Amino acid sequence: MLEIKNLRAAIDGKEILKGINLSIKKGEVHAIMGPNGSGKSTLAQVLAGREEYEVLEGEVLFNGKNLLDMAPEDRAREGVFLAFQYPIEIPGVSNVNLLKTALNEIRKYRGEEQLDSMDFLNMIKSKMSLVEMPNDLLQRSVNEGFSGGEKKRNEIFQMAVLNPLLGILDETDSGLDIDALRIVASGVNKLRSADNSFIVVTHYQRLLDYIVPDFVHVLFNGQIIRSGDKTLAYELEEKGYDWVKEHFAEFAGKQG
Amino acid sequence: MSTTETNEIEKLANQEYKYGFVTDIETDSAPKGLNEDIIALISKKKNEPEWMLEYRLKAYRHWLKMEEPEWPNVTYVKPDFQDIIYYSAPKQRPKLNSLDEVDPELIKTFEKLGIPLDEQKVFAGVAVDAVFDSVSVATTYKAKLKEMGIIFCPMSEAIQEHPELVKKYLGSVVPYTDNFYAALNSAVFTDGSFAFIPKGVRCPMELSTYFRINASNTGQFERTLIVAEDSAYVSYLEGCTAPMRDENQLHAAVVELVTLDNAEIKYSTIQNWYAGDKTGKGGIYNFVTKRGLCKGVNSKISWTQVETGSAITWKYPSCVLQGDNSIGEFYSVAVTNNMQQADTGTKMIHIGHNTRSTIVSKGISAGVSNNTYRGLVRVGKKANNARNYSQCDSLLIGDKCGAHTFPYLEVNNPTAIIEHEATTSKIGEDQIFYLNQRGLSTEDAVNMIVNGYCKEVFRELPMEFAVEAQKLLSVSLEGSVG
Repeated sequence: MLEIKNLRAAIDGKEILKGINLSIKKGEVHAIMGPNGSGKSTLAQVLAGREEYEVLEGEVLFNGKNLLDMAPEDRAREGVFLAFQYPIEIPGVSNVNLLKTALNEIRKYRGEEQLDSMDFLNMIKSKMSLVEMPNDLLQRSVNEGFSGGEKKRNEIFQMAVLNPLLGILDETDSGLDIDALRIVASGVNKLRSADNSFIVVTHYQRLLDYIVPDFVHVLFNGQIIRSGDKTLAYELEEKGYDWVKEHFAEFAGKQG
Repeated sequence: MSTTETNEIEKLANQEYKYGFVTDIETDSAPKGLNEDIIALISKKKNEPEWMLEYRLKAYRHWLKMEEPEWPNVTYVKPDFQDIIYYSAPKQRPKLNSLDEVDPELIKTFEKLGIPLDEQKVFAGVAVDAVFDSVSVATTYKAKLKEMGIIFCPMSEAIQEHPELVKKYLGSVVPYTDNFYAALNSAVFTDGSFAFIPKGVRCPMELSTYFRINASNTGQFERTLIVAEDSAYVSYLEGCTAPMRDENQLHAAVVELVTLDNAEIKYSTIQNWYAGDKTGKGGIYNFVTKRGLCKGVNSKISWTQVETGSAITWKYPSCVLQGDNSIGEFYSVAVTNNMQQADTGTKMIHIGHNTRSTIVSKGISAGVSNNTYRGLVRVGKKANNARNYSQCDSLLIGDKCGAHTFPYLEVNNPTAIIEHEATTSKIGEDQIFYLNQRGLSTEDAVNMIVNGYCKEVFRELPMEFAVEAQKLLSVSLEGSVG
């Protein structure tokens, strides 16, 4: 589904991603872990098409199509969804209005019929139960006055409604208490299927107790320095990122 | 923003004014210029009674002594008042019994503008008094309103058929001595709307007037007067478009509203006159005096405006809260793009006890435009327990435009409670990217953000007007993000 080949990207002239290679197949969940500043969020933003980042080299194929050539909205319409680390507030625009517009834009792109209001509302109700969304959040302005937990929950709710092929969760666990974490994780688990894939970007192993990944990658200094199965996450948790830094100091030094 | 997006934006920005066309109709015009003979001619053309001519002449003589105001935060070449045609009427048969008899060219123009003159729209509940140039050509639903005692007709007709009402109220809120343009309007106005809602009557439909400036070099001076007697209610809609012109066209209207005890007037405007081309050439000068007098106790006047057009806007719909417990409201969205300049706001004059006013102003500036909010809240010595809440927000699109806020407070009574909030924000790339990531194009994203920003004002508009307003905003801001 997703092929990332030697991806290098910079912001303000500073290279952050220094040659990422990653292959994700349908139905897989990949966790990307790493210390602060290793490039985890950059990778998420570059895949979503954030323009501040300059792609220096490399290729990203999404179902055979060149993702890097597409505008951010077309990537979304192709089925890439980014659950933001810091979801932004949009005053005066109701959640439900955003979702209806977004869903119909995506359907239009795919040559599907527009959903009428009744069908849309029925669908949305079923998705709300997935993340235990309170009703009033639907009518409220997008993320405005939401608590940190509500914002993250809202991201997963939007993902549930838009039903992407690839969901990228950028530190969705940050700022969540244990109950909210469980709700969010259970929402993601219910969305997992043989047809979609997820990239779970996280700093802590904690989230991976709930969303169990098929693969874990350690990102350090803009490169994936180690990949493994879920046990790698435990090893990291146990030994800490300092271990990574020391272990790969020589490697990082070469690149830096 | 990337280069490709900038190109896209430039392409969109180059779109021409959608309603720029000229209707080919013979006009019956007065010669250019202004003097007492011209005013007498206007009065004669309108078959006016002697008192009306006298009023006009008094206003004209006063105007001659006045200076054009220079305090607004706008710059323009002052109009040459001797180079304007003050009377121009489409030639038509004198008596019309139905729309079928109206000049088909006129009907075509209205259709192009999407004005609901056809039966369908009439059945939808909108009574239309369409002003084409300076003469009203059609009035619908009059009979039904008449049954309820409501008068809704062109001002010229009201002067002849309801002289006692016009005499009583015309100039009672905006006297001709008020300001330069109000004096000019009082001298030369050719038409406009008159609405009178008698005691205890709730007007069952929204009254609507579409203004359209047509003949070249014709300044248009509408005069509108709306009176709601005790416990009466009316919602009035004003909306307009104008064709493309090279010369600046002067537009100086006067609108007066009067509410007696327990009465309410809701006045909504969508203004989309030609704003000039990208270099600022052409475009309408819109110098308007709008004021409402809450004369009776517990009365209420509410102004809602969506201003997107005109090269220069100079306009302060105001409320004089004379009756005890009266309420004044002002909800405004003012958009400026390209070279447009707007200096707009409101005045809330608290005179009676327990009077309350609310001001919600949303300015949106794009291009190299300048958008100024100017508001006055005055609490008189005897106005005990007056309250005002003002909220003035400015939204900037791009980095070449300007937003200015001039709030004036004159509080002469210690029991007053005045609150003022002001914010300035920019449409963030973060917001646009967030919406892009949900599948919306940049243009749709901007529209969504702007409409969200204006929500508090749009929800004050009648439903179908709110939909029009949203569309208008999209058109006005097309390609403004960069």
